[in-house]
Amino acid sequence: MNARVMSMLESKFMTKLLSMSKPGKINWEEGVKKILYSFGIPLMAIGLFLALWGGIASQIQTSLGQVPGPTKVWQQAVSLYDEHVEERTKEAAFYERQEKRNAKKLLANPDAKIKVRSYTGKPTFFDQIVTSIITVLTGFIIASMIAIPVGIISGLSPVIYSALNPLIQTFKPVSPLAWLPIVTIIVSAVYISDDPWFSKSFVNSAITVTLCSLWPTIINTTVGVSSIDKDLVNVSKVLRLSWFTHITKIVLPASVPMMFAGLRVSFGIGWMVLIAAEMLAQNPGLGKFVWDEFQNGSSNSLARIMVAVIAIGLIGYILDQFMLKLQRSVSWDKNAVLR
Amino acid sequence: MNKKHLEISTVSIEFPTPAGSFKALDKINLNIKEGEFVSLIGHSGCGKSTVLNIVAGLYEATEGGVILDGKEVNEPGPDRAVVFQNHSLLPWLTAYENVELAVKQVFKGKKSATEMKEWIEHNLNLVHMDHAMHKRPSEISGGMKQRVGIARALSMEPKVLLMDEPFGALDALTRAHMQDSLIEIQSRLNNTVIMITHDVDEAVLLSDRIVMMTNGPAATIGEVLEVDLPKPRNRVELANDAQYNSYRASVLKFLYERQRNPADKVA
Repeated sequence: MNARVMSMLESKFMTKLLSMSKPGKINWEEGVKKILYSFGIPLMAIGLFLALWGGIASQIQTSLGQVPGPTKVWQQAVSLYDEHVEERTKEAAFYERQEKRNAKKLLANPDAKIKVRSYTGKPTFFDQIVTSIITVLTGFIIASMIAIPVGIISGLSPVIYSALNPLIQTFKPVSPLAWLPIVTIIVSAVYISDDPWFSKSFVNSAITVTLCSLWPTIINTTVGVSSIDKDLVNVSKVLRLSWFTHITKIVLPASVPMMFAGLRVSFGIGWMVLIAAEMLAQNPGLGKFVWDEFQNGSSNSLARIMVAVIAIGLIGYILDQFMLKLQRSVSWDKNAVLR
Repeated sequence: MNKKHLEISTVSIEFPTPAGSFKALDKINLNIKEGEFVSLIGHSGCGKSTVLNIVAGLYEATEGGVILDGKEVNEPGPDRAVVFQNHSLLPWLTAYENVELAVKQVFKGKKSATEMKEWIEHNLNLVHMDHAMHKRPSEISGGMKQRVGIARALSMEPKVLLMDEPFGALDALTRAHMQDSLIEIQSRLNNTVIMITHDVDEAVLLSDRIVMMTNGPAATIGEVLEVDLPKPRNRVELANDAQYNSYRASVLKFLYERQRNPADKVA
């Protein structure tokens, strides 16, 4: 053991010596290692996965034909993009025609009443993605705005904690599919407006996301706040900090890591819930796309659904990375390893 | 100098436990004069920290109470600044900002922004931390953290400075350094200090009086020793001083003959 440590030290020392004389060579070795870990190994794993997928898929026959492999899914991804571009061209052409027609009318009669109609084409795959992202962000932001203060208060006050805990624990495991009918009916009863800012389906989906993504943030924030180092709380007491200063200078910085752990779990749940809610309620979004393709049952449907599945996964991953960036920017400990 | 400054009178405290209440302290009586440096010494678990926490107002005595300048202590406050054993600096603030938090709290409306800045820098100078005042606690050594903790406590201009084993977590050399710093600061500011320690040399070197506590449960004051050595003291000169060594011996005798370490009894 000792000898090994010694030889390790020695080799480190040698490396250092070498790097002093020939810096290029050592950096090159380090660089190769870095590239291998951040690109080489992941790419190999992905390649292996694709091969496995292709191999297994070709063995399975379904009512919609053979289960599509990676190539077919890629073709559908390209065709979904083409459809999107085509739809946009159509839309642009529609508005151009309308504008020309209106201009002509105005030229003939300056007092003519102009009608501007919006384009009513079918939403493309990419439109559905945008809808889903906006919906999940709305639901998540509402949930966080409620959950963080509630978590802080119940972390600070044992009375409020024991009051809220049973409710939180009861509602936490409820599936979005159970919330959805309640939300739909209440929203259609309460959300009545002649000129609504948002469509009902959007409100339904967003509220369902909110209801499901509240809990992890509340629970984690509570734990984070209530487990602050007792000495730091004593410092605050000796200084007689006001509750506002106590929260901003001590509670928030101390509980940021736990809070973000909760926020990220919440966001992940919110994204999963949204897709399910869209499928069930036929609300616009990626979930509806999947459901429509399922109902459609063409020979391309399975491949298109798989495109959606991969898109859902990638978007979830990107959103989580975004949260990680946010955590890094608000966290005081810039050296902490965040995963 | 000789008026009644801090009075700890018949303080007892009981903690509720599943097996009934546990009496940690029993009728502690102690009067401390202004500018006096008092050490509390005793084996671990004898309730030294509990006494300090009662004076700080972090614990409430079950019986008796603490009176500071004629007013009863019933909540924590900056007039009784605490230096905690493990520094307790806010890790997300720099040394300067840690002291600033205290200064802003205590001198809000009494000092202008520039005066506050000067005062913060003055206190960091006092503990020789001016060179690293914009570093975070994670970037400085244990001794330096403790220095900032002391600067933070001093910056509140407390009536009493409470130190809970301030140098207990430091290595011997750093501890000696810190003790010398404290002697230097004390000779300038002449604060009233209560310090908890389990280091006999530290107690004799720094204190005007050493309060020796009996072992718990129901710990109380066993003996009080006046240390009548001229100040400021120098550890090297005192090493061969007969008077110093006899003080040392009497504290050791109390701790190891009259109050054996409870851990030894078990063994």
